[in-house]
Parts: sequence; C-alpha cells; structure tokens
Amino acid sequence: MSAIRGCAWTFGRDVDTDQIIAARYLNMKTAEELACHLMEDCDAEFPQKVKAGDIMVARENFGCGSSREHAPIAIKGAGVPVVIAKSFARIFYRNAFNTGLPILVAPEAVDGISEGDELEVDLETGSIRNLTTGKDYQAEALPPFMRELVAAGGLLPYLKKSTSER
Amino acid sequence: MGMTITEKLLARAAGKEAVSAGELIMAKVDFCLGNDITAPVAIDEFEKAGFDSVFDPARIALIPDHFTPNKDIKSATLVKQMREFARRFHIEHFYEVGRVGVEHALLPELGLVGPGDVVVGADSHTCTYGALGAFATGVGSTDLAGAMATGRVWFRVPASVKFEFSGAPGPFLTGKDFILYLIGEIGVDGALYEAMEFTGPAIAGLSMDSRFSMANMAIEAGAKNGIFAADATTKAYVKGRFRRESLYAYSDTDAVYARVYAWDASRIPLMVAKPHLPGNAAAAADLNDIAVDQVVIGSCTNGRIEDLRQAAEVLRGRKVHKDVRCIVIPATQAVWRQAMTEGLFEVFLEAEAVVSAPTCGPCLGGHMGILAPGERAVSTTNRNFIGRMGHPTSEVYLAGPYVAAASAVAGHVATPQQVGLKAPGAQEAVAAGVPDKGERSAR
Repeated sequence: MSAIRGCAWTFGRDVDTDQIIAARYLNMKTAEELACHLMEDCDAEFPQKVKAGDIMVARENFGCGSSREHAPIAIKGAGVPVVIAKSFARIFYRNAFNTGLPILVAPEAVDGISEGDELEVDLETGSIRNLTTGKDYQAEALPPFMRELVAAGGLLPYLKKSTSER
Repeated sequence: MGMTITEKLLARAAGKEAVSAGELIMAKVDFCLGNDITAPVAIDEFEKAGFDSVFDPARIALIPDHFTPNKDIKSATLVKQMREFARRFHIEHFYEVGRVGVEHALLPELGLVGPGDVVVGADSHTCTYGALGAFATGVGSTDLAGAMATGRVWFRVPASVKFEFSGAPGPFLTGKDFILYLIGEIGVDGALYEAMEFTGPAIAGLSMDSRFSMANMAIEAGAKNGIFAADATTKAYVKGRFRRESLYAYSDTDAVYARVYAWDASRIPLMVAKPHLPGNAAAAADLNDIAVDQVVIGSCTNGRIEDLRQAAEVLRGRKVHKDVRCIVIPATQAVWRQAMTEGLFEVFLEAEAVVSAPTCGPCLGGHMGILAPGERAVSTTNRNFIGRMGHPTSEVYLAGPYVAAASAVAGHVATPQQVGLKAPGAQEAVAAGVPDKGERSAR
C-alpha cells in the first residue's frame, strides 16, 4: 500500500530553502500557489517539468537555511511523494515530519540514482529499488519517537492527544 | 558524567535530572515566536488542529518584520491574520509598525528572552539568543503552532561542539569575522544537528552585539543552537532589562564534546563569504577586484547600535561611491532613535547613504533593495544563497559593518584600512595600494 513508483529528479548538496521556494513568494501560503514556483531559482522550468509522483533525490544537507515550512508545503503541492537525500538540514527534517512529507536518509541509494531513473520506494520499510538499474537500497530506520509522530498523524494530533492524556 | 550548558538547559526543560546527546525529549518552552511569514502558517495549523487556547499569552511574540511596512496586499493580509489572532488570544507581544523591529534584535532588547531560557521561534535565526546563555533554536510553523497551544516542543538533544578562540583580534575585527571564519573552516553542515559552544579568552572580550552576530549565524553551519556562557558582559546587558529571572548555567569540566576546535583570533583577517554559501570564506583585503552595486547594513545579524557606529566610523567624512547604493537599516525603533541621537544619521546622509525603517526587507529579497540580474551586493546579513536578495543571477557577499561600509566607499570589496581608516593605535593610515576612489576594476 505504501509502495510508490516515480521518476527521479537529482540535485546536488546544500540545496537551500531559498532555492526550494524563493522568499519573494512567501507572501503566499497555499500548496497550489507555492508549487508553481518549486525549485525555480535552481531551474526556472522545474515547476512545469515536475510531474505528480516524481521523486526528488539530493545529496547532503538538503533544505538548509530558512525555517520556512513553505518548502515542504511546496514540494507536497507539486505532488512529490517523497524526498531521498544523503542528509537533511535539521529544521527541514522536523518540518517534513510535522507536515507529513515523507523523507528518507539513504546515502548509498543517492549515489546509485541518476536523473530520470524509475524508482520504487516502500515508505513503511524504507526499501528503495532503482528499477532502471535493478539495484536495491535500504534507508535509515526512523527513531521510535518519529514513528509515533507519524502514527498519530503528525505533530499537532500527537500533542493534542498527549496533552489531553496528562 | 558532566553536562554542557545546552544539555543542562534541555534537561531542566524536559523535567529530567540529566539528558545526553541523541536523546529525544519533550520540553517546556519559556518563550516562543513567529513572524509575518511563518506565524500565519502556524495560525492555520493551530486552527485546523482545533486548539482553542494558548499556553500563555505573555510568552508568545508575533513579530511582523519581514515584509513590513507591508509591501503588498498579500503581505498586509498575512499581518492582518496575525493581528486578529493576537487580539483573539490576548497575545501580549504583538507589535505594529512604529513599535516593531527585526525580531532577533527586538526580543533581547525588550528583555523578553534571557539567560537560561529555552526558546523556539519559527525563524531559523532564533539561535541568536544563545548569545545571552539561552538555548534558542529555529523551528517550523507547525512546531510553533504546537508550542503556542501546549508550551511544549520535541527536541533531539544535540551533541555539543566547542569552539575556542584565543589571542588578540586585529583592528576592526568583530564577531561577524569570527563566525564567517568559523563557518569557512567547518562548512555549512559542519555542525549539523549540533550545539555550538563559543568560548575562550578572545570571546570574553567580545561585546554583546558581536556575540549576537555570532550566535545568529550558528544555523549557517547547520547547528541547532549556538551558545555563550553568561559572563559580566551578559549580566550587564540583561540587568534591568530581562523581565524574568535569569538562570545561569555553565558547562561542567567533564562535559562531553563531539569535537573541539581551537583558533588563534589574531590570525583571523577581516572576512567576507563569497556567493553562494556562507561557508565560502575569503579575506576581504584580497577581493578588491569585486565591484559592488549595493551595500546593505542592517538585519538580525548586524542591525544593532554598535554595528551602525562601526559603519559610521568608516563613512564619517567619506562618500558612498557614485556607482553604489548604500542602504542602512536600524533593526529596531530604539536602535533608530539611538543612532539619530548620536548623530549617526548625519554621517550616513552626508555620505549619501539612505536610512530605512526597521525591516528584514532586502536580506531575504523581500523588499527595500532588491537586486537586478547580475547585480552584486556586499551585505551585513546572514545568507548569500542563489537569488537571496533578488534575481537568481545576482550575488551577495556577506561581511561585517566595517567591510560593508568600506566597500560602499571604495565601490568594490575593501577593508577600512584600504579606504584610509587608521587602525586604532596605528601611526598612519595604510592607504597605499588602494585603487583610486573613482575607479573600479572590471568584473
């Protein structure tokens, strides 16, 4: 049920949140509006080229810089179901979990994925198959607390539940 | 086993005797904040989740500073949403234009955050308050929504990394040069998820404003927080200002650090960070061939009174180069008034620089100084990412106020000495070898 198939768009290291969604668009906040400008300063045509279901693959420190939650919102808005990277910047990491954008830390997979490769990703198990090359990879497991957050449906439902239980 | 300052503050916030690096905790926050970009998204999430109260209306700040005075209808609508939320929940610290300032300059100035606090802000530069000996970190809007509703936030306890600065810094060196040098050494993910602890004899000699600049840019090394142990300088700053009780925490002698770096501050030159990452460090003196179209002096990194005094020191009796636009932005109303009272505006106006109302404005390419294709700025802000201040082909060089002001005069990247400023104690100005004021090297 949680297996996803999509084509890869690859990015380098230190992709900052100004590249993901430039600050000049932060007077907007809906997923639809923001998705129209996803990765625009990195590749002006990207918002037209990316298709729902495509997967973003990046090297180290993806999402560094600003705390703008507009970055994961824009990615989700474009229909990207998961981001795979060698590592994520810390605020982006928490924003992704808090807003329900699945992200996977999988350094070996990133090395084995080229732009346009077709990928199959199982979000439950973290297994990644590169259908183009036939190679299999395993993402790092989530800490138990992060699983609880995901199971609760995100941060706010989790907080609401745990506050009312106290 | 001993704990670092960061671990002690997080243990207290989590209601635990001790915490160690890697542990996931739920912590109580002493204060939280959001701005006109992040708070509206937090308010949406707060309402969507069905919360109907805030944890403490006196411990939340909603600061419209990024696009204010409102640059367009959409921005005005975002601030309106904040205003209405603030009224509905009696949020004490919502500030309108005329009272508002750049959030990370304003909150310490008003005494809303102080030593020992655990602070989260939906703004990555929330780490600025580490200068006061607080644990302060940037989070997203959903985190802020949760914090406003419950006063709680989750953290992974960061490993601490120690940065020791010894030696006597050279003339015109400030905290900005220290931090640009540091990030140049370790890289923009050199302290990813970690706590940066700044220490050593050279740190002890730094002013509060220099410490704010350093802690401010901890995030540019990927860190969760940057922190200074409170000392006499901190205590003098918070005295009569901080509205709650200070809690002074110090790292134990047997505290565990993931790494320790030690640098001799006397070997650090006046720095810049070249495009397009804050880690692209270079000595300002070596970049005289970099022509400049705009200079920005301000922001949560360098918009405080000492920063403006430093810029004025360079600009006094000099003119901004004819091909350069120099924009000075005092970070808060109090800084603005102080600068006016001290006569700094007279210096800026004589130099033909413009002085703006407090705003984050150009730092994030928001408004009040956007760059056209191919243009280049020297800026005292904190980020030089692609397109950060305008068009994707424009460029930002980060620097401290001395270098920024000197660059405005020279028309290219320059140090104060290179535009004829005497180093304190020096016999004569080291002006030799500086290109003529009217000439700029080709790009």
